[in-house]
Amino acid sequence: MAEKTYLQAISDGLRQEMRADKRVFVIGEDVGVYGGAFKVTLGFQEEFGAWRVIDSPLSETAIVGACTGAAIMGLRPVAEMQFADFISCAWDQLVTVAAKQHYRAGTPIPITVRLPSGGGFSGGPFHSQNPESSFAHIPGLKIVCPATPADAKGLLATAIQDANPCLFFEHKHLYRRIKGDVPDERYEVPFGKARIHREGTDVSVITWGAMVYTAEEAANQLAESDGVSVEIVDLRTLIPWDRAAVLESAAKTSKVLVLHEDTRTGGFGAEIAATIAEEAFEDLDGPVKRIAAPDAPVPFSPPLEKAYIPQIEDVLAGIKDLAEY
Amino acid sequence: VADSVDVVMPQMGVSVSEGTITKWLKQEGEEIQADEPLLEISTDKVDTEVPSPGSGVVTQILVQEGETVDVGTKLAVIGAEAAAATEPAPAAPAAEAAPEPQAAEPAPAPAPQAPAPAPQAAPPQAAPQPVPSGNGRTFVSPVVARIAAEHGVDPTQVEGSGRGGRVTKRDILAFVESGAQPSAPEPVAATPAAPPAATAEAPAAPPTPGPPPPTAPPPPAPPPAPEARPQAEPVAGEPAPGETLEPVTAMRRGIAEHMRRSLDTSAHVTSAIEVDMSKIVPLRQRLKKEYQDAYGVNLTYLAFVARATVDTLRDYPWINGELRGDKIATRNYVNLGFAVELQDGKGLIVPVIKHAEGLNLLGMARSIAEIAERARNKQLLPDDVQGGTFTITNPGGYGTFHGTPVISQPQAAILGTYAVVKRPWVVQDALGEDVIAIRPIMNLTLTYDHRLVDGALAGRFLRDLRERLQSWDE
Repeated sequence: MAEKTYLQAISDGLRQEMRADKRVFVIGEDVGVYGGAFKVTLGFQEEFGAWRVIDSPLSETAIVGACTGAAIMGLRPVAEMQFADFISCAWDQLVTVAAKQHYRAGTPIPITVRLPSGGGFSGGPFHSQNPESSFAHIPGLKIVCPATPADAKGLLATAIQDANPCLFFEHKHLYRRIKGDVPDERYEVPFGKARIHREGTDVSVITWGAMVYTAEEAANQLAESDGVSVEIVDLRTLIPWDRAAVLESAAKTSKVLVLHEDTRTGGFGAEIAATIAEEAFEDLDGPVKRIAAPDAPVPFSPPLEKAYIPQIEDVLAGIKDLAEY
Repeated sequence: VADSVDVVMPQMGVSVSEGTITKWLKQEGEEIQADEPLLEISTDKVDTEVPSPGSGVVTQILVQEGETVDVGTKLAVIGAEAAAATEPAPAAPAAEAAPEPQAAEPAPAPAPQAPAPAPQAAPPQAAPQPVPSGNGRTFVSPVVARIAAEHGVDPTQVEGSGRGGRVTKRDILAFVESGAQPSAPEPVAATPAAPPAATAEAPAAPPTPGPPPPTAPPPPAPPPAPEARPQAEPVAGEPAPGETLEPVTAMRRGIAEHMRRSLDTSAHVTSAIEVDMSKIVPLRQRLKKEYQDAYGVNLTYLAFVARATVDTLRDYPWINGELRGDKIATRNYVNLGFAVELQDGKGLIVPVIKHAEGLNLLGMARSIAEIAERARNKQLLPDDVQGGTFTITNPGGYGTFHGTPVISQPQAAILGTYAVVKRPWVVQDALGEDVIAIRPIMNLTLTYDHRLVDGALAGRFLRDLRERLQSWDE
């Protein structure tokens, strides 16, 4: 057990999988010689060779297409998009081919697509998005959104070994900011099992990724200033997502705030809110509230970006509003 | 930077000096239109909504729910559009003159377009906004409904701590745990058996349209009571065997405060006089049917007394006046207040008939019935309870023949009217001989502030009033 950054945990986890399983290989733009845009695969080519750490042409379609073919042939490719934003270029390979292959032909497609995502560093509209809900809508894809270093490593292992295409959203804002204890040995964190990041009794916050920490800070401040006890549920994976844990928390606190960094309309929070309304109606003591980014592209300007991405104060106000309801 | 508008605690009645914020209907940052309800307040006279004096964004809320502040205290700031709340607000010149109708030239248009901006916290003249009835306590959330059903509890019996007094899950769980006995979680003070001041101020007699509807529950939080009141009020703990504790409503607290303050302010003296109603009784008998058939108006003795009182007050401006600092204010009009019973004897309100000097007997009877009806249905507007210059209270409906009412501040006097009773009365017969006759007699009392009104003046007033009633001329 050692303290590692979120990025280091991903890098180590990937290396561990490649050492343990010869079928695993990495492909992406500049993942080889350069070590990847964020240096997750730094030194990989030296260790595993150019055939297992492949610098691809500048084509996301080609990357995912190659992965799909390799997966059908029995390999376990791990693709890297330099930024999650660019996955739209691979939409057809991913959605039309990979997601439906098992349904059509019965063949497993064990590919993992690593997606550096999220904003908070003035990356602007092409380098800051959180497109998880677009793909959560596609049957056949799994969506993974780790928040802690330990989860990042364990969920990556699970994704690589899963028989389905998995989109692995790595939040860039967490890469070097978040540190945590990460077991040295190989382990898997199961999909569809939420993690209670913080126990509480008054209001539940359902969230994932970087917003876990935004919620945590708001909860700490509220506990101090208002004595409000906030429970934070980190979903870890959106497809599948842990309905039972969310409904259990909703029954416990009766007030739920759904928080995400993605835009509001059609965001995955809407699915969670609707499920709570359907299945936990008689447990509710207040409206299910959503806090999300507005329906607009991510702005470049730091003040605008701050206004855009849910901040601690926004979450604090939202929780307070529910607590006082 | 566009103008910002201050929201101040409105004057809800001449006698009202403070009000309690019971609920903010908008929070900081929310948009609001002019005249849209902004907050709910509770005073000792009315519970009501206060409309926004302007359109924009609620940039600052300066007084929190549950707090009690003086009339005129700045409660909130409405900023134009998305004006930042941070600026120290260079105070729009004279809050009153906030949003002027932007007419560059003084167009002599007979009808100025869209008189939207309400300058002061004046209530919208249009729809008689339903004075808040439930403080939102009527909404029962799904989980509260479920727990209530599971335990056979009536949620309306539970004291709510949620927004606007809503019963929260925690409230109902605590209630169930406590043994499901309608309890008062925050008993404030034990009420003395019979507040002496309140007994005198009894209800007016106009037609009672059935029992008044259940009135608004007490506001969620009683105003914090750290006022350094020397009176060591007994703190109600657990009720003793056989006792029941119920919370003091905002109205009750207001009445208590006002009664005490009135007695502390004015030098109360009461004079009484007996009035022979021999002319009025048959007249009323006759007109009663006529008014009822023709106008649907119930003609009461109170209308006669009120009518005669207004006429008499014209000759006694000080009794219709006010001791205001080192000045004495008198008026050329009479705004007549009537004490009206509410809440089955648990509350009292004094709506005011403006310019009562302009009403004939029919108009007076109609106005009394109408305003009492609105008082019972909680449809009074703030304007309806302010501006009174003289008050009539009528406990006579229950047969009492005497009382010493408490003056409604800052007025100078209050008239009490009592039951019309047949009594043996010494009169002179046609030959000038004294004989005993049976006459309908009504007692009237005038309780006046001896700081302003002397006994002789009060006596002359009562004499003239009696004369008007005894020699009533159609």
